[in-house]
Amino acid sequence: MATHVRAEAPPAARSSWRSRLYRFDLKASPYAFIAPFFLCFAAFGLFPLIWTGWLSLHYVDLLKPDVMEWKGFGNYTRLWSNDQFWTALRNTFTIGVISTVPQLLMALGLAHLLNYRMRGRGFFRVAILAPYATSIAAATLVFVQLFNPDYGFINWALDVVGIHPNWYSETWPSQIAISTIVTWRWTGYNALIYLAAMQAVPKDLYEAASLDGASRWQQFTRITIPSIRPTIMFTIIVSTIGATQLFGEPMLFGGGVGVSGGSAHQFQTLSLYMYELGWPSRQLGRASAVAWTMLLILLLIGLAQYLITRYRNRNELGG
Amino acid sequence: MRTTSRPRRAVVAATAVLAASTLLLTACSSSSDKGGSSDANGKITLNIGDFGTFGYVEAGLYDEYMAAHPNITIKYQTVQDGQKYWDALTTHLGSGSGLADIQAVEVGYIAQATNTLGDKFVDLGKTEGINPSNWLDWKSKQATTPSGSMIGLGTDIGPMAICYRTDLFQQAGLPTDREEVGKLWAGDWAKFVAAGQKYQEHAPSGTFFTDSASGLFNAVLSAQPQQYSDASGKLVYKTSPGVKTAWDLAVSASKAKISAGLRQFQDPWNAAVANAKFAAVVCPSWMTSSLSKYGGEAGKGKWDVAAAPVASNWGGAFLTVPKAGKHVKEAAELAAWLTAPEQQAKVFTKVGNLPSTVGGLQQPAVQGAKLEYFNNAPTGQIFAASATSIKPVPIGEQDGNVKTIITDNGILDIEEHGTDPVKAWENVTKLVDDKTSH
Repeated sequence: MATHVRAEAPPAARSSWRSRLYRFDLKASPYAFIAPFFLCFAAFGLFPLIWTGWLSLHYVDLLKPDVMEWKGFGNYTRLWSNDQFWTALRNTFTIGVISTVPQLLMALGLAHLLNYRMRGRGFFRVAILAPYATSIAAATLVFVQLFNPDYGFINWALDVVGIHPNWYSETWPSQIAISTIVTWRWTGYNALIYLAAMQAVPKDLYEAASLDGASRWQQFTRITIPSIRPTIMFTIIVSTIGATQLFGEPMLFGGGVGVSGGSAHQFQTLSLYMYELGWPSRQLGRASAVAWTMLLILLLIGLAQYLITRYRNRNELGG
Repeated sequence: MRTTSRPRRAVVAATAVLAASTLLLTACSSSSDKGGSSDANGKITLNIGDFGTFGYVEAGLYDEYMAAHPNITIKYQTVQDGQKYWDALTTHLGSGSGLADIQAVEVGYIAQATNTLGDKFVDLGKTEGINPSNWLDWKSKQATTPSGSMIGLGTDIGPMAICYRTDLFQQAGLPTDREEVGKLWAGDWAKFVAAGQKYQEHAPSGTFFTDSASGLFNAVLSAQPQQYSDASGKLVYKTSPGVKTAWDLAVSASKAKISAGLRQFQDPWNAAVANAKFAAVVCPSWMTSSLSKYGGEAGKGKWDVAAAPVASNWGGAFLTVPKAGKHVKEAAELAAWLTAPEQQAKVFTKVGNLPSTVGGLQQPAVQGAKLEYFNNAPTGQIFAASATSIKPVPIGEQDGNVKTIITDNGILDIEEHGTDPVKAWENVTKLVDDKTSH
């Protein structure tokens, strides 16, 4: 920006009010335009973040948030030795993996198919976004019916192969059921993002490849995937954040036992554990400690993803 | 140029941010006061906040009151989810803003209101025209703080009876007449479990005697003189004989396989009602509407209502007047009017909420009430009789939390995963200790 201004700078003699105003506009306007976001972020993002951190060092009763009792890092050390926290962490991880991985793979496949010339392409593109537009509550309600162990459609269909899982009380079935809801809702959304990226891939690359005799599959793995890698990284990061904060689906899927994630905490995620501590148990300090731990976990995952990407990029450029 | 432009750039940026923030803040801040104030003619607006179905709108009570008091306008806001309502209310009470003139409080939270938040509410017991003895003794005691001020006026109550399916009882060789059925277990919950075992011996295939061991636990416990807390509000659930009795009975019901192992009001429970999968359920007065709703046409006339082994209560609510309100006196008058016997009877007729005042229970509309869906059982009489024989029980702040853990992470765990009861109890105490210690 400095060079830009320097180039525009008029001779000192003609330095008038008008040019100063022009400079003011040039330099200040961008800040003014982004200021509303950053002010709102400071008020509703940064301040709560820091306040939560401060709360996490205290014992605070939800009903009397003005009375605080200093705990130091006691709330964090308690988490370390708490079985329920580790269960919640493990559940968050397993539900995250079994919802994110199939979801992104399916989104990639769908995007590839939608990228072909076909009849009613516009319709299909809109249709796959429909689940995303459905509210969590409505979607979960329908899935709760489908997964009903006694009267649900899924167990009725599974009867053919003779298995009869209890989708609420058993650990893996309940986690798979919740992952299904997440996958159903987000696959179309990710597919559209991939589709947009795919359409930006130059057509001549494909033409050249097909002239060289590359098959469709080879084109997909050798051209499409490498070209949209930054987009794939983006969706992985966004999905990871979403998976770490998973709350609505397990809460509503569990109905009355949603907050505790089932009778044996079999599908309690970190967010649910945080809510259980903060609201029914009224321990805001410990809930804040869970919130901050979740933030730290996300930062660690983000760091790991960043390092992996950098390592891969360097290897590829070097090789 | 460089050296001078630096500080200026900072100044420019600061000015821009300042200008934008002024704009933003003026845009953000709400301008006028919202209702609640009186104008020149002495007209005032009273705001009421409640949850679920209190029945005041359905029974036309607000319109009636406004017609009798031309200077008062009533506005109301109803939240469907009781938990969300309470979460918001506690936040508002903490900050002293955003409160309605009258706020409803559910019985599950009333101990938190009387103990921790007692100083936030008006002492209605000392308000002119309100006599605490109009209400059932145990009801007004629940809303009384340790220092003796009554902060809530009882609206409805949930005395319990047993709802049972006559067709299933008959097939299993049990009596079907409501008097005789009541005699099967009169006076003792253990007899209820014994009747269940008898049912299960000849049960129609695929059916269970009762819906859930947790429901049984709640029912047994609420009839006990000591529950989770002692008179001082201290948590004593580990040594409480009431909790032990209820736990043992619930476990024995689960072991005897007389319970379908459902969690109440969840989807599988609703489906089980529709498919007649269980024969008897401990039902507070308000549950009858759930049973008829999910049972549908197929269940009509097949259900009946008998007296519970021991009278006890489950559910109900109160109206409170927060001190932060602008028209405390008028709000208290309106709350008193809404909870008076005549109005309670009108609400009962419209939506079935059972009156919590002695006078309300004696109203002909209540005493003569029958439910067609339940084989014309005289539900008004049955529930009113149960209501008047309930004894007051000390309740503590953590009771709701402990109850959730015992039923959802203890008994339901035994039912769903076959966990050993001893281990389940250890697990419960571990969870409760963790959640209730600082």
